[in-house]
Amino acid sequence: MEHIRTPKLENVRMFDKLTPRKSMVGTLYLSSTHTIFVENSEARKETWILHSLMSNVERLPTNPSGSPLIIRCKNFHVYRLLIPLEKDCVDVLASLARLSHPERYGELFCFSFNPNLDKELREKAWAFIDLKAEFIRMGIPRNLWHATAANHEHRLCDTYPSELYVPKSVSPAVIVGSAKFRSRGRLPVLSYYHRDSSASICRSSQPLSGFSARSSDDEQMLQAIMKSNPVSEFMYVVDTRPKLNAMANRAAGKGYENEDHYTHIKLQFIGIENIHVMRNSQQKLIDVGDLVAPTMSDFLWGLENSGWLKHIKAVLDAGVFIAKAVAEDGVSVLVHCSDGWDRTAQACSVASVLLDSYYRTIKGLMVLIEKDWVSFGHKFSHRYAHLDGDPKEVSPVMDQFLECVWQLMQQFPCAFEFNERFLIQLHTHIFSCQYGNFIGNCQKERRDLKLQERTHSLWPHLWENRAEYTNPLYRTDHSQTQGVLKPLTTAYCFKFWKGMYGCAEKSVTSQSPADCLNAVREESQQLEEELSTHQEVPRETDAGQENCRAEGENFRGEEGDQEVV
Amino acid sequence: MEFAELIKTPRADGVVLHRPFMPTVEGTLCLTGHHLILSSRQDNTEELWLLHTNIDSIEKRFVGSLGTIIVKCKDLRVIQLDIPGMEECLNIASSIEALSTLDSLSLMYPFFYRPLFEVIEDGWQLFIPEEAFKDLESMTDEWRLSEVNKDFSVCPSYPSLLTVPKDIDDESLCKAASFRHGGRFPMLSYYHKKNGMVMMRAAQPLTGTNGRRCKEDEKLINATLCAGKRGYIIDTRTIAIAQQAKARGGGFEQEANYPQWRRIHKAIERSNVLQESLIKLVEACNDQSHSMDRWLSKLEASNWQSHVKEILTTACLAAQCIDREGASVLVHGTEGTDSTLQVTSLAQIILDPACRTIRGFEALIEREWLQAGHPFQHRCAQSAYSNGKPRSEAPVFLLFLDCVWQILRQFPCSFQFNENFLIMLFEHTYASQFGTFLGNRVAERVKLQLSQKTVSLWSWVNRPQELERFLNPLYEPNNLVIWPSVAPQSLLLWEGIFLRWNRSTKCLDEAYQEMVHIIEYNKELQNKVNSLRRQLAQLETEDSPLQTP
Repeated sequence: MEHIRTPKLENVRMFDKLTPRKSMVGTLYLSSTHTIFVENSEARKETWILHSLMSNVERLPTNPSGSPLIIRCKNFHVYRLLIPLEKDCVDVLASLARLSHPERYGELFCFSFNPNLDKELREKAWAFIDLKAEFIRMGIPRNLWHATAANHEHRLCDTYPSELYVPKSVSPAVIVGSAKFRSRGRLPVLSYYHRDSSASICRSSQPLSGFSARSSDDEQMLQAIMKSNPVSEFMYVVDTRPKLNAMANRAAGKGYENEDHYTHIKLQFIGIENIHVMRNSQQKLIDVGDLVAPTMSDFLWGLENSGWLKHIKAVLDAGVFIAKAVAEDGVSVLVHCSDGWDRTAQACSVASVLLDSYYRTIKGLMVLIEKDWVSFGHKFSHRYAHLDGDPKEVSPVMDQFLECVWQLMQQFPCAFEFNERFLIQLHTHIFSCQYGNFIGNCQKERRDLKLQERTHSLWPHLWENRAEYTNPLYRTDHSQTQGVLKPLTTAYCFKFWKGMYGCAEKSVTSQSPADCLNAVREESQQLEEELSTHQEVPRETDAGQENCRAEGENFRGEEGDQEVV
Repeated sequence: MEFAELIKTPRADGVVLHRPFMPTVEGTLCLTGHHLILSSRQDNTEELWLLHTNIDSIEKRFVGSLGTIIVKCKDLRVIQLDIPGMEECLNIASSIEALSTLDSLSLMYPFFYRPLFEVIEDGWQLFIPEEAFKDLESMTDEWRLSEVNKDFSVCPSYPSLLTVPKDIDDESLCKAASFRHGGRFPMLSYYHKKNGMVMMRAAQPLTGTNGRRCKEDEKLINATLCAGKRGYIIDTRTIAIAQQAKARGGGFEQEANYPQWRRIHKAIERSNVLQESLIKLVEACNDQSHSMDRWLSKLEASNWQSHVKEILTTACLAAQCIDREGASVLVHGTEGTDSTLQVTSLAQIILDPACRTIRGFEALIEREWLQAGHPFQHRCAQSAYSNGKPRSEAPVFLLFLDCVWQILRQFPCSFQFNENFLIMLFEHTYASQFGTFLGNRVAERVKLQLSQKTVSLWSWVNRPQELERFLNPLYEPNNLVIWPSVAPQSLLLWEGIFLRWNRSTKCLDEAYQEMVHIIEYNKELQNKVNSLRRQLAQLETEDSPLQTP
């Protein structure tokens, strides 16, 4: 609380998002975690803005009516306030500037957030996603792959999970040797095993090859991965960087695999740009969304100029390439970029979504994020600026993965169990710091922070509310649900994600077909229940009939409500 | 003239047909007076029946003696025919060219088409002005039906019966007509029941450079204003273009002569610009090799989406004046047959829930497009693949349908029809077995005796077995005014038209089917539950005497 100078301000004006001419007067409260605006109206409507979601707070020059304050959030919501006195506005700005940029993990919301769960439930919640079970679900053949304890206590690679899956044929010495030859010790390990083709997706960081260095251990490791797929005679190494960037890395003693040294590999560059390009691109996209009354040309030109959809296409193309290699050609793939925690995570997880229908379910997407992102050391706290730090570390890597999934949902409307709302909710929580799941930059850091004891897990919370996140068109026995997705990646297939970036344009009156369908489905469920009670009722007894009638009336009442909605 | 003269080679064997998303078919190609037919002579194989009028342009290519004809259709589909034999190929190509560019209306297929279904409800009799006037009469008594144009002499592009203010006599109408381009004096387009405001449409006033005025015209439009009320004149042209029109005898209403009216200029583009825009858009959509940058820049350069936005914005403005400002509106551009109709018809979709039903939408097209004299024959003579010099072709109606689709997408539960209905209308405006969209104006249709000699599109569409395809399963009648968003990010490319032949819609079609299933299942359950409830209620009434004390 020491950062809050003015906890309560009256007569603050908040402008409507849709029609800036409209505004409401109310009281502004600053708590240690939220800024709350309570309207003076009868409804006393409350708007809660989480401090950890604020990306930028800006004060505009004072005008006769007061001092304007603009709060921009990491989920692209923008709030516009008008504070009567300049002095108060300066105070609020100073407080928010500090509160929205915590300096220590201990200040994060997740450490104070208390949903009233007892210890046992909290532990159970953290066990909701079980990665060990996930590798069993994939059906890894035990004679070819196994879990190695080489990274116990993170002694081999501090950004990897402690349990790693490697070919059974490699010796501990090869594992250690391979880790030594890879940037930050991130050696090639299994990410996904495709049971139908026996091909696998492995991931790593770039090799420390420079211009001529080689490691027989690393070469053996790749050989072993290739051989773990008995039917295939070669494997792909997918370097997700543009070739020029990969070559430049050689001067720094890093780089990519030399095809002369690694036999039976085919090297493929995909050309996903680095985090700095992506950060700038997204900023331009956000600016497009901020344009006031843009013409169609302004909008399309801005969209093109941002390059955003081009980058989304590159990520999806990487996933499509890998999925095709694995499913159609039955060829295993090793994916890496520089460190193997950004583009590699994107490419592996997009490919997994394409390959495995499980990852297209609500639970499955949670598992996938936990596996490819959380456990493999995607630097959440750096990339999503959980703490005040180097702005050059910030980048919308996860945003792009979620958007790839959204673009796929546009092409395959029946293939996903979840809806757009689920993706947006995930996106918000990656930034919100309300739950412990995405705090820190790797598993080791999370363990050291004792997150499981001190914070709560997001996943069971989302799971409990899954009705809200369900796609009404999804059916487990639908042909679109099964098998491998083969999306088109022609330029015209990519759309601007209005639900994510167009927050200001959500028309109040417009309808969503998915919501209508969900309402219909809910009604059908109630009807089914009513039908079964009708059928169960023994006709003779008066009591039974009365029960029934009461339910019938009840139902009619609800029907009426729905019409109003 | 006999069609046979134009058909140099009536049939060719061993022709291979390539179509989007369908396996190639080998078979016999036949040319008839109106169709290009490919038959594989095998059962269960889908055959190609293509109306010559649907062919926009063709290209020929030769590799050795194997000729290839690329047929580009007005519905934007592109098909390829491989024809063995150079001479056959050349003959067939020139025959197709001749048959697809026939100018004479009386040789068109609708005059030869005999329906294979029984016409139960004649579409030609469905939407007659007298009926529409009866509806109006039930709401207000301030209007009358005038027969001043019964021989189409006052305004050749208007229908014979016109709804005009009661206090204006026919003589004044004639004078007002002489003051408006093409005789298109202000007439009623829409009456807003909620507040009694009206929307009128006309052509530009012929003020010319020396500022001519016409008392009758002023009186005519003032008659639609309530005492003390102001109205809005929406000129669909920019002020600059409207100024330029003066030099050619046209112009716009001077404030001094129309003191009760406020004039607003918008910038809806005119025919040749729109045609060019369509050609560029389709070109961009058909090149799958585009990088993202190139695609977005081509999409932007086509300006199609800008036109959609401008038209919708103007329609919203008109609707806003009527519903929110409580003011009457007069809409016009130059001739009053293109952008004017886009605006007046879209405004009605926004304001009037009846226009969002199938019948209501058909009536709207009859009223605001066919009877209002939109020159379909001229505008739809060529589509996006025409390589000739554009004459008066323009996708004016397609843009209107695109705007309707945008509103439908934003309000998916408020329309009784679905996207397929709009696509079907697009197809029939360019090539059809029905007479509905033949000709440029009512007078022409009367002369051609279309209602006796051809079948109406509505006779076919309104049959229950056809209608089923066009019903929106999500439809819940919504009596409200629906305000679409016109922000660029809310307006999408109409993939159902422009990417229709470029990407498979299998998954989207499946999603649609799934939606239908969910809703049908719900209806089924409701019926079951309702019948059980009725049984219960019956049992209760039978029991009730026992329960009364």
